[in-house]
Amino acid sequence: MLLISCPWCGPRDEAEFHYGGQAHVPYPEDPAALTDEEWARYLFFRDNPKGPFAERWSHAAGCRKWFNAVRDTSTNEVLAVYRPGETRPPLTQPGAAASAVGPATSAAEPATSVVEPGPSAPAQATSAAASAMPAVPAIPAVPAVAAASAIPAIPAASAASAVPAVPSRPATTEPGPAIPARPVTSMPGRAIPARPAFEDEAPSGPNGGPGAEPPARQASQPHRLATGGRIDRDNPLTFTFDGTEYQGYRGDTLASALLANGVIATATSIRLGRPRGIFSAGVEEPNAVIQIEEPFPEPMLPATTVELHDGLVATSLPGQGRLATEPDPARYDAVHAHCDLLVVGAGPAGLAAAAAAARSGARVILADDQPEPGGSLLGTGDHLDWVEATRAELEAAPEVRVLPRTTVFGHYDDNHLLAVERRTNHFGAEAPEQVSRERVWRIRARRVVLATGAHERSLAFGDNDRPGVMLAASARTYLHRYAVLPGRHAVVFTTNDSAYAAALDLAAAGVGIAAIVDTRSEPGEWAERARSAGIEVLAGHAVTDTEGGTRLTGVTVAPYGEPAERRAASSQREFAVDLLLVSGGWNPVAHLFSQAGGKLRHDDVLGTFVPDSCRQAVEVVGSANGVLDLATALAQGAAAGARAVEAEGRPSGAPALPAVAAAPHTPPMQVFAVPTSTGAPRFVDLQRDVTVDDLARATGAGLRSVEHTKRYTTAGTANDQGKTGGALASGIVAELLGVDISALGLPTFRPPYVPVSFAALAGRDRGALSDPIRTTAVHAWHVAHGALFENVGQWKRPWYYPRDGEDMRAAVLRECAAAREGVAFMDASTLGKIDVQGPDAAVFLDRLYTNMMSTLKVGMIRYGVMCRLDGMIFDDGTVIRLAQDRFLVTTTTGNAAAVLDWMEEWLQTEWPELRVHCTSVTEQWATVALVGPRSREVLGSLAPRLAVANDDFPFMAWRDTTVAGIDARVCRISFSGELAYEINVSPWEALALWEALYEAGAPYGITPYGTETMHVLRAEKGYPIIGQDSDGTVTPQDLGMGWAVSKKKPDFIGKRSYARADTVRADRKHLVGLLPEDPGTFLPEGTHLVADSVLPAPPVPMLGHVTSSYRSAALGRTFALALVKGGRDRIGERLYAPVGDRLVPVTVASPVLYDPEGARRDG
Amino acid sequence: MADTASTARQRSPLAHAADRLAAATRSSGGAVRLAEVPFLAQLNVRLDAKSPAADAVGLALGLQLPLEPDTVVRGGDLRAVWLGPDEWLVVGLPGTRRDLEGRIRAAAGDAPVSVTDVSAQRTTVLVGGPRARDLLSHGCRLDLHPRAFGPGRCAQTTLARTQVVLVARDEPRAGFWVLVRSSFADHLTNWLLDAAVEYR
Repeated sequence: MLLISCPWCGPRDEAEFHYGGQAHVPYPEDPAALTDEEWARYLFFRDNPKGPFAERWSHAAGCRKWFNAVRDTSTNEVLAVYRPGETRPPLTQPGAAASAVGPATSAAEPATSVVEPGPSAPAQATSAAASAMPAVPAIPAVPAVAAASAIPAIPAASAASAVPAVPSRPATTEPGPAIPARPVTSMPGRAIPARPAFEDEAPSGPNGGPGAEPPARQASQPHRLATGGRIDRDNPLTFTFDGTEYQGYRGDTLASALLANGVIATATSIRLGRPRGIFSAGVEEPNAVIQIEEPFPEPMLPATTVELHDGLVATSLPGQGRLATEPDPARYDAVHAHCDLLVVGAGPAGLAAAAAAARSGARVILADDQPEPGGSLLGTGDHLDWVEATRAELEAAPEVRVLPRTTVFGHYDDNHLLAVERRTNHFGAEAPEQVSRERVWRIRARRVVLATGAHERSLAFGDNDRPGVMLAASARTYLHRYAVLPGRHAVVFTTNDSAYAAALDLAAAGVGIAAIVDTRSEPGEWAERARSAGIEVLAGHAVTDTEGGTRLTGVTVAPYGEPAERRAASSQREFAVDLLLVSGGWNPVAHLFSQAGGKLRHDDVLGTFVPDSCRQAVEVVGSANGVLDLATALAQGAAAGARAVEAEGRPSGAPALPAVAAAPHTPPMQVFAVPTSTGAPRFVDLQRDVTVDDLARATGAGLRSVEHTKRYTTAGTANDQGKTGGALASGIVAELLGVDISALGLPTFRPPYVPVSFAALAGRDRGALSDPIRTTAVHAWHVAHGALFENVGQWKRPWYYPRDGEDMRAAVLRECAAAREGVAFMDASTLGKIDVQGPDAAVFLDRLYTNMMSTLKVGMIRYGVMCRLDGMIFDDGTVIRLAQDRFLVTTTTGNAAAVLDWMEEWLQTEWPELRVHCTSVTEQWATVALVGPRSREVLGSLAPRLAVANDDFPFMAWRDTTVAGIDARVCRISFSGELAYEINVSPWEALALWEALYEAGAPYGITPYGTETMHVLRAEKGYPIIGQDSDGTVTPQDLGMGWAVSKKKPDFIGKRSYARADTVRADRKHLVGLLPEDPGTFLPEGTHLVADSVLPAPPVPMLGHVTSSYRSAALGRTFALALVKGGRDRIGERLYAPVGDRLVPVTVASPVLYDPEGARRDG
Repeated sequence: MADTASTARQRSPLAHAADRLAAATRSSGGAVRLAEVPFLAQLNVRLDAKSPAADAVGLALGLQLPLEPDTVVRGGDLRAVWLGPDEWLVVGLPGTRRDLEGRIRAAAGDAPVSVTDVSAQRTTVLVGGPRARDLLSHGCRLDLHPRAFGPGRCAQTTLARTQVVLVARDEPRAGFWVLVRSSFADHLTNWLLDAAVEYR
């Protein structure tokens, strides 16, 4: 959603504007002097450049003013806006254009806007600067780089180390915290130890924690520790999974509760049907995708994101779920929110950013997908007192809004972000029904800090998909956050430092760590720590294969980098374990940054893609920016938060940050696939069952781009969107192609970041509120009298009023007969009405309509036709002359807004010299059509002051009078050919008028009628309905209304086009009547027409089609209107209409089938 | 068309919804206040803001037509709402539209000033109470925070996908006037009542 600056109203959402095409394409001074080709060039040809493009926009939902904008067509950036008549401001370079628009948001600053050409421009720019809230394009592009994290910031644990922080990129131009930029020595891959090590050094069984006794476990939940975690043990919950009842606690996810009960296998894979287990502890989960059965069915939710509640019933899935078959009773809604700073992610970096901004008085929103803030700290158990203190401070700040359980899933233009808040899911069946279940937040932020964390990456080795294979940091999260041990005996397989903290913590909690397998030959300080804790570390090794069925039973470890065939059997080790913890490194969660237009670059040190630069006002902090060291992440977050509010002109604060001990660091090793010794499948995308071999087939087939391999193999297309496997797939494709991954890149990140339900996106806009409904002042009467309704635009119009036992056909025949033989009335209030006022009103209408309006006398009415520049009919209606300088124009019901916009467009952009104003008065007047030979008597009885005789009140005249004591303007207009009146009154009194007519007409059998009868009556007279009997290819002449096209006026819109060769072709389609040979045969609208009674071989020449078709009470037969090639020259000819298997013979007739002499018009 | 004619038979666009609006107000415990303000006199005035007619019309109305976009000027019982650089909506008490139109036309003299009675074109819904802003933000894209949309501000925009004129009332806590096209009033009411469910 772009933010476009109206030169008057300031920045507004794109949805308030209409696009008007290329600017500075003036209407030719003398169209008649142009050749057909020149005219066609003006009509049909526009520039289509890449880059800055001057175009017209209208602030349609606001001040209705047209203006010009220079937009970069390649980025959508609006570089400048200026008013009509002003020259296009010079642009030195894209993005540098001054668009000084006063903010609508600043009460102090008048929203005088607009880039003026010449010397006034600097003054404008100054005023915008003074307001401190520049227009959209003026926000400087911030190279997004800095730091903070929402999800897992790498274990920062404790202990001292000589190794400094992880290398970090210099961030914005403003000085951030001083971060040592460390030169990087990428781990040389495949550094193989000379001999297989460690064979005899350690037992391959459980080895217990360092020193302390393993903590006690809980009897009812065998994998739950008796103490610890952030679960609420006072709130036990009962839930059912695959038919078995289990216990858990409030604060659990379904995944943690299942693990606590020893259940890890929760799905079978979609293509191969292999058992799959819980793989992660968060939104990135590819395996444990389950079906919720109760309280309300919902398919395909990651068990790691489902908050446990009492009575939850869920089942495992074979890859695909089932939608509910019953309507969802829950409420859904949306909120539009605005802020100075949006922080995405309440991990350490995000919390620090929000805290730095909170005291400034700036409006801050902090959104996080978890029920409580803390991000990765919840999983490491560190600094939770600081998290709590910061949370309390943020919640106390009046302009800070903390949104838990809220996932920001889309980052669009001009810092418009969409988030979904899960508000009542965690209450289960006890969810309060008046509270929306999910809410979509539509957030417009001046500035954004993305602290979205990082996802741990998997590794591709043999049978790496067995239940029991889990990301290392996730296992640590299960321990610290949920007091759950996901297994008893584990091997840890890593390429980097982060898994060591997981291993040490789990060992201390009682998990037997059989070995840490590290691909790095020199794993450094962390390895020493592990060894001193009694854990065997196999440096330069890798897990190659696993064993097991529905649960892992063993893993095979071999030296890393040695080809499988040369690998000595003796160098392999087998470990009997039920848990394999994997860490292949960390991928910054750069999804939102990429969606915002940010560019990524490959960081060779980290072995991953990190945010680089973005033209939007966005900063990325913490592990989302590749900063995996906690102290740096905190500092970067705080600095980014401070910068953001300072840029908005507010003082920042220095938030209290926890003291973080430096952690040892050894650079990670970039590893993607590990050779298998068994040929077992090595899964890259677990959810799509895509393996290394599948990717090899893709590259073997010649695919060279990750976008192509993604589509060829479906890797990364499941509902986890490759959060754990995406970078892995790119890495493997790069290896297969023999190119560097930095050159290959990642597939594009697209919104939404997580699956969002259609119900949430629809929000309140469903059922009765799915689309606005317009009703007239008499609507309740129509409902009470049994009307069925037809949708015309957004209007509800009575269609027909069936009496007991009547079908539509009978009701319409009855209503038609009443109008032709007695009297009938219809609510015509929906017709568009526009008041046209000013000294040049007549000149204006002469230019707009094909016929002459300036000669119309005050007190009289004229039918008018309006065309587009190409000469095709756009709208029709009546024009009433109220005074010398004032007209009331009516439009078709559906076109009212379009006609007003059309008028404003010409007035504002082409004819600003005309002194005319147009105002919509559609709802200022209610209109009742009173029709039929007895209508004069009914009107006369209610309008004693009105001389109703034909001579006193002729056709196409209007009179002000009172009808039933109500001030009224009565027009003698007929859309049926009968004597008829249109009575206009204030809608406040429309019901009174309607009821008075109903009463006064009762002696004459007055009958309410609807749109269907109106259509029949007008069709019998050959009156076309624009949009039904015409489309964008039909001229007034085609409809037989050449009489309405002035030959006297020098010019009007469309005139030049009537001289084009195409509009004077003899075989143009004309509107004609059609009479089926059998008077009972009904031709469906849209039926084609052909020349012969036997279809020739295809292609069959089509002569035209049926546009309207009815049964006529007055004619006693069916009839139709049709557009037929050269139709007026075919009157009397027989044509054929293919209906089903039959060719129905029809006769071409004049479109005027009833009362061609017009004898009935005057009663 | 005398303003006073047959007022007994007049029905405002939301007369049928008065009970439901009152019920929503009651059940919210005052968190939101919803009510129609019917039959206000409303005149659409178009003139050149730089012309002497602007001052003359202002003088006749006892207020200065606002020149700053999206602002309202109040003078006595009248409000002049900025709709465009040459367009205002003059809002007065019920029954005053003819008088107002006469005053404006007289003040304008021969100047090209257009005056159109649009009293029935829109009806007015009061959305007040401490949660008024929250309620509107469910369907309004504008920033309605007092820093951005305090007393004296107005805007034409969309609410619940319907075009409206929003007017911030004089007291910050008094909420908003929502001027909505009469044909959309029922839809907007249904939407407001649905959105207000959460505040009951």
